[in-house]
Amino acid sequence: MINNSIYIQSQQEVFDVVIVGSGAGGGMAAHTLTKAGAKVCLLEAGQPFDPADPKYITQLKWPYESPRRGTGTTRAFGDFDAAYGGWEIDGEPYTRKNGTKFDWFRARMVGGRTNHWGRISLRFGPDDFKRKSIDGLGDDWPIGYDDMKPFYDKIDKMLGVFGTNEGLRNDPDGFFLPPPKPRLHELMIKKANKALGIPTYPSRLSILTKSINNERGACFYCAQCSRGCSAYADFSSSSVLVKPAMATGNLTLLPFAMAREVMTDAATGLATGVSYVHTGTLQEYSVRGKIVMLAASAGETARLLLNSKSSRFPDGIANSSGVVGKYINDSTGASRSAIIPKLFDRKVYNEDGVGGLHVYTPWWGDNKKLDFPRGYHIEYGGGMGMPSYGFGWGIEGLNGKENYTRDGLRKAAGGYGATLKEDYRRYYGSYVGFSGRGEPVPREDNYCEIDPNVVDKYGIPVVRFNYKWSDYEIKQAKHMQDTFEQIIQEMGGDALGKKPGADTNYGLADPGRIIHEVGTARMGNNSSTSVVNSNCQAHDVKNLFLADSSPFVSQGDKNATWTILALSLRTSEYIIDQRKKANL
Amino acid sequence: MKRRDYLKNIGLSSLGLAVLNPDARAMEQLENTNGVPKAAALKIPGGRTKDEAERDAKLMAEVFLNKHELDTITILSDIIIPADKKSGSASQSGVTGFIEFIVKDKPELKTPVRGGLRWLDSESNRRFSKLFTQITPAQRINIVDDIAYPEKAKKQFSQGVNFFTLMRNLTATGFYTSRIGIDDLGYKGNTPNEWKGVPADVLKQYGLSYDD
Ligand SMILES: Cc1cc2nc3c(=O)[nH]c(=O)nc-3n(C[C@H](O)[C@H](O)[C@H](O)COP(=O)(O)OP(=O)(O)OC[C@H]3O[C@@H](n4cnc5c(N)ncnc54)[C@H](O)[C@@H]3O)c2cc1C
Ligand code: SF4
Repeated sequence: MINNSIYIQSQQEVFDVVIVGSGAGGGMAAHTLTKAGAKVCLLEAGQPFDPADPKYITQLKWPYESPRRGTGTTRAFGDFDAAYGGWEIDGEPYTRKNGTKFDWFRARMVGGRTNHWGRISLRFGPDDFKRKSIDGLGDDWPIGYDDMKPFYDKIDKMLGVFGTNEGLRNDPDGFFLPPPKPRLHELMIKKANKALGIPTYPSRLSILTKSINNERGACFYCAQCSRGCSAYADFSSSSVLVKPAMATGNLTLLPFAMAREVMTDAATGLATGVSYVHTGTLQEYSVRGKIVMLAASAGETARLLLNSKSSRFPDGIANSSGVVGKYINDSTGASRSAIIPKLFDRKVYNEDGVGGLHVYTPWWGDNKKLDFPRGYHIEYGGGMGMPSYGFGWGIEGLNGKENYTRDGLRKAAGGYGATLKEDYRRYYGSYVGFSGRGEPVPREDNYCEIDPNVVDKYGIPVVRFNYKWSDYEIKQAKHMQDTFEQIIQEMGGDALGKKPGADTNYGLADPGRIIHEVGTARMGNNSSTSVVNSNCQAHDVKNLFLADSSPFVSQGDKNATWTILALSLRTSEYIIDQRKKANL
Repeated sequence: MKRRDYLKNIGLSSLGLAVLNPDARAMEQLENTNGVPKAAALKIPGGRTKDEAERDAKLMAEVFLNKHELDTITILSDIIIPADKKSGSASQSGVTGFIEFIVKDKPELKTPVRGGLRWLDSESNRRFSKLFTQITPAQRINIVDDIAYPEKAKKQFSQGVNFFTLMRNLTATGFYTSRIGIDDLGYKGNTPNEWKGVPADVLKQYGLSYDD
């Protein structure tokens, strides 16, 4: 509920901590700090959201409850997806430079992108922090796995994640809830992979296959985590972190609060708070805090730093190194799909399962023997899902193939009528999908900066991206495509479409498309080559901290969020400790 | 949290009750502080944002395809997906209304659909001196057979083939996302349950097991 007076009242206070952004990083910081008794003000540009409140619920709705049958005309991932925002937001543009590409996915809601994320929760392994020591490229983190392990362990237990301990060196064990059993196509993939020497393990998703406390229910297997779970059985910052933080009485949550800049004291150079504009009323406000934490997502945090200019910080706050915005990097991604004729006319039963893959393949290769330096993991899709917009599309590419009919006779592709209807039934649930998600090599010349000519509808200067893939990523994508084709062949499947080749960089997705952008204010021990120290504390401003993926030195061949959460927890505990010692 | 507590909320929303979103109402009050009177409040259905509800309402009010065009779509979609022993036809499942809406939602479909329907009528006129809606079922099939098979269709019908492919896709999507179509496929999910793995008989059928 919007209450005009909280915006006015909060101006009177000096908070212990002001946090910008309520996604993975901001939610974790707000939770940790309020539980420790700190008075926290959390600024969120987006609107309130609670997946258990009927006015937001889309879970268990049928496709015909949407006039567009769930397609993504108004929401990037469809009508039922819990993402307010998207690749383009009206009145909030961003730009690109030098003909390069970068697509930027932003969510504008309490909980940020954790409301609809894939819940794939992979902790980094020892190698992921020390890539330069291994292959000489990029940089090492100033911290290692041993520094992070206690925090990964804590969030595993606190937030809940299923999976299995496999004793893998660079995909470390954790504290896992029981994983769901593989679906039929996942068993087939596993079998094929075994023959090819590719490992397949239960996936690791932050979904409660067992209830872990009284606030959250257990998963009831509707496969719809991307819609947000009304039982709070999947992890989202809004329901698992912000909500309990509110219950402490120590949190002032300000939705519709779009931060403009970090305010500083000209004399001391310390951060004093954050100024913001109310996105509904366009009223200008500010909040004061003893400590400021930015967790607006890697791109937005860089933007805030760069836009916070003063005579003391002419190039933006915490940017004496000039590194802010540089080294931005997103996961690589390439995919392929296939039809498995063995699955034609399969018996239909409820195989929804959890809202994501039940098995995955962590990186298994040895880069020393390959022509690209970094690895990737594979995510699998398929099965008898709920039909939605796009169902049946392109059947003329299938039903003319040899042996695709029940009687084995080849028929003309396309068609109409009773036999066509049989084809749709026959092919239902015989599709599988493969997606590689890999680690790029961060580069100084991939960066985001402030566009000198463009402002958004609030008058805030916008971000401009300059991002190019190198040969390392392109060769990795080629390896993904070759691997997918091997697996498909081994399964006896027919790959769909032409194999992506050199002309399309082997299907390598445009930068930003995998939505794992990190590294815009990287950490390090040297204040001339990094923005924050190993505690995510700005080298230049000791009461300014970053709590999202901006401090990442590299991406890992894992998805970023479990590390954002663990790092934000670590930073928050550091703040609590330093406050106790009166160092802050 | 108790299971019945959270399922209660879902029950409410899947009845499709339109709840006026209190945040939107509060925002409107805030926006009203400058004293300008507001138009009547829009009902925002559960699960939609204010912007989305406004856009949906605008689309619903817009008229694009006319009655003749919709009649033609009904006939064509029932040729593509007719009723059979197992389930009803495209039009029984509401495909006409779906196509009527989706061309407004995705304006890039407007010209291909409208133009394709004109192509069909002109072809019908050429062959039988009547509109597609006025010819006999056999005459309709005479035209459809020339445009329903992309790989063997004659070059001169390529535009008709493209149109028919689009109609096949829209019809299939509309049908299989309807109640009738979902039941036809036998999709069993979208309901609280316990996933216990692939049924034993299916594992056996494919020679797979959970043991290895
Ligand atoms: C479809 C999808 C699937 C994904 N799947 C996975 C997955 O399976 N595994 C994984 O690890 N990751 C996944 N991700 C990525 C994951 O969502 C992000 O890594 C994570 O949410 C980042 O957390 P964050 O706190 O940095 O930012 P966000 O979650 O983006 O939150 C940032 C918040 O800050 C707010 N904000 C921004 N600017 C301002 C401002 N100026 N003032 C006030 N507030 C502001 C935003 O509105 C937003 O709410 C996925 C993302 C998407 C979109
Ligand atoms: S799959 Fe489970 S956790 Fe995900 S939304 Fe459904 S019930 Fe909730």
